[in-house]
Amino acid sequence: MLAYAILAGILFGLYFSLVGLGLNLVFGVMRIVNLAHGDFVMLGALLAGALYGAYAISPVLAAVISLIVFIIIGFPLYYLLVPRLLQAPDPEMLSIILFFGFSQVIESVTTIVAGPSERSIPGRAMGTQPVHILGQTFPAAWVWSAVASAIAVLLVFLYLYRTRVGRLTRAVMADRHEALASGIDVGRISGLAFGIGLGLAAVAGAFAPFMLGGISPASGVSLTIQSFTVIIVGSLGSPLGTVLGGLIYGISIMLMQTYLSSWAALLPYLLLIAILLVRPSGLLGHEVRHA
Amino acid sequence: MPRSALRNSLWILISLGLVAALAPLAYANQLLLFNFIVFMVLAQGVNILYGFTGYLPFGYVGFFGAGAYGFALAVMHLHTGPWVALGAGALASVLFGCVLTPLLRLSGAYFAIANLAASLAIAEVVSNPALTDLTQGPYGVSLADTFAPTLSYGAAVAILLLTTACVLVLRYATLGLALQAVRDDPISAAMAGIPVVRTRILAWLLSALVAGLIGANFAWYVSVFYPDNVFSPDFSIFALVFALFGGVGTVLGPILGVLLLYGLYNTIGISAPQYFQLIYGLLIMVLVLFLPNGLASLLRRWGIHVI
Repeated sequence: MLAYAILAGILFGLYFSLVGLGLNLVFGVMRIVNLAHGDFVMLGALLAGALYGAYAISPVLAAVISLIVFIIIGFPLYYLLVPRLLQAPDPEMLSIILFFGFSQVIESVTTIVAGPSERSIPGRAMGTQPVHILGQTFPAAWVWSAVASAIAVLLVFLYLYRTRVGRLTRAVMADRHEALASGIDVGRISGLAFGIGLGLAAVAGAFAPFMLGGISPASGVSLTIQSFTVIIVGSLGSPLGTVLGGLIYGISIMLMQTYLSSWAALLPYLLLIAILLVRPSGLLGHEVRHA
Repeated sequence: MPRSALRNSLWILISLGLVAALAPLAYANQLLLFNFIVFMVLAQGVNILYGFTGYLPFGYVGFFGAGAYGFALAVMHLHTGPWVALGAGALASVLFGCVLTPLLRLSGAYFAIANLAASLAIAEVVSNPALTDLTQGPYGVSLADTFAPTLSYGAAVAILLLTTACVLVLRYATLGLALQAVRDDPISAAMAGIPVVRTRILAWLLSALVAGLIGANFAWYVSVFYPDNVFSPDFSIFALVFALFGGVGTVLGPILGVLLLYGLYNTIGISAPQYFQLIYGLLIMVLVLFLPNGLASLLRRWGIHVI
């Protein structure tokens, strides 16, 4: 039972890394909190569900499609919202409220267009044979979702550490003003990072029906909280921390569900508060505590 | 305190109290009027914290729910009268605030998110089926013995006046200036001799106290409720948006915000909830992008002084 819980925790952990990664990228590059992150996960899930229902397109292909679609949507969205926000006296705080409003808009428009009902994708869309790992048996959808998440995370690391644009992105993450002073087009880099952040959320959404159960337009808020837990356990603004945070979160969720299931729902919140109080910068972060 | 400040304060408190107390005579839907008062108190509570210290209480509803359940537990298990139970609700909320005081070490978004998580955690504990004997878990609380709408409405008016008086004190007394100095630059404020930590904790617990009082009052007034009702994140969000819309750091701003926005909500919100959510979300976005300092700043720009 312990081995099962830990292995399942690793599978879910890989997936949760992907769920949090986009949020962390946006925070790292722009220092704004995208409280609508969970709603983009929800949109990705609905899109994948619709594609599977209408054309039997596999969720993996749907994930690639939604990555492209949301990068294209994210770029103009960045110019619409963020530059104006960054001029405000306290952008980090105001971003929480701004994106809360945005999340309301997304939720209501989705409800009006698609109806309030819960959607899911049948597990056979990701293969029918259960997979055996180290003597434990898991549903194929879990394993392939985790593998797809790991590949997506790997691609983000290749982007950040092996391409020119990725290096510029890391420069903006390190210091926005100095990046601007050294001639980097900070606006375009940020817009791209914003689009990729939304795209990654949508990719995570494509696998959400298998990992998290049915998704409805109202799922956004709890998805956002889970993403926050993941990236804060890791550390805000650090992509590598997100992977660590995702794994810790996934394994502790599975252990809680196995041994103490009636209190399992409390775990993300307590983990979040405990980590914030003990190490507010997250496990891999630098000093952030003030006064 | 200068004389004009005293005159302004009395004028605000008397007119606010008269309007709130006499409104049920002119308008039959007392529940709606009660909700207006609840949101005015919550918006002022947010104002005390966010307007004067810069901490954004994104899980403010935690205090409200703690107050409501403090009231319910006192009535159910200790069989106290409503007035003692109001005190129990306030106590529960302040205790919850004390437990969360370490969160004040966090800054910016970290505090807001930790506060949100804390409110979700307490809601999860209260509604856990394992605690049904104590809190009735997810099945809700029924307090028929203490049901007294007129009396509890009166108590709500008193709490509104108390809260507004607190904000007036912050606005005019040295304490408020100290808090604003700490908000703007904690290091300089500390150098000027302001006890940074103590003033912050004072504002934090004061804001917990008023939310707990009105939460307990809410439990008394409605008498039947579920954890989902009193821990609904809508309370935090609405209170924040009302306060921001009116203008934080002022006395009248949050009240104005509640009157306008909650009035709007009741005019269009009930009949078409999705469209309302859409309008509301867009309104929040426009507000943050174009009027980040609220209605009060707009009125000031037009030459109208908002207290």
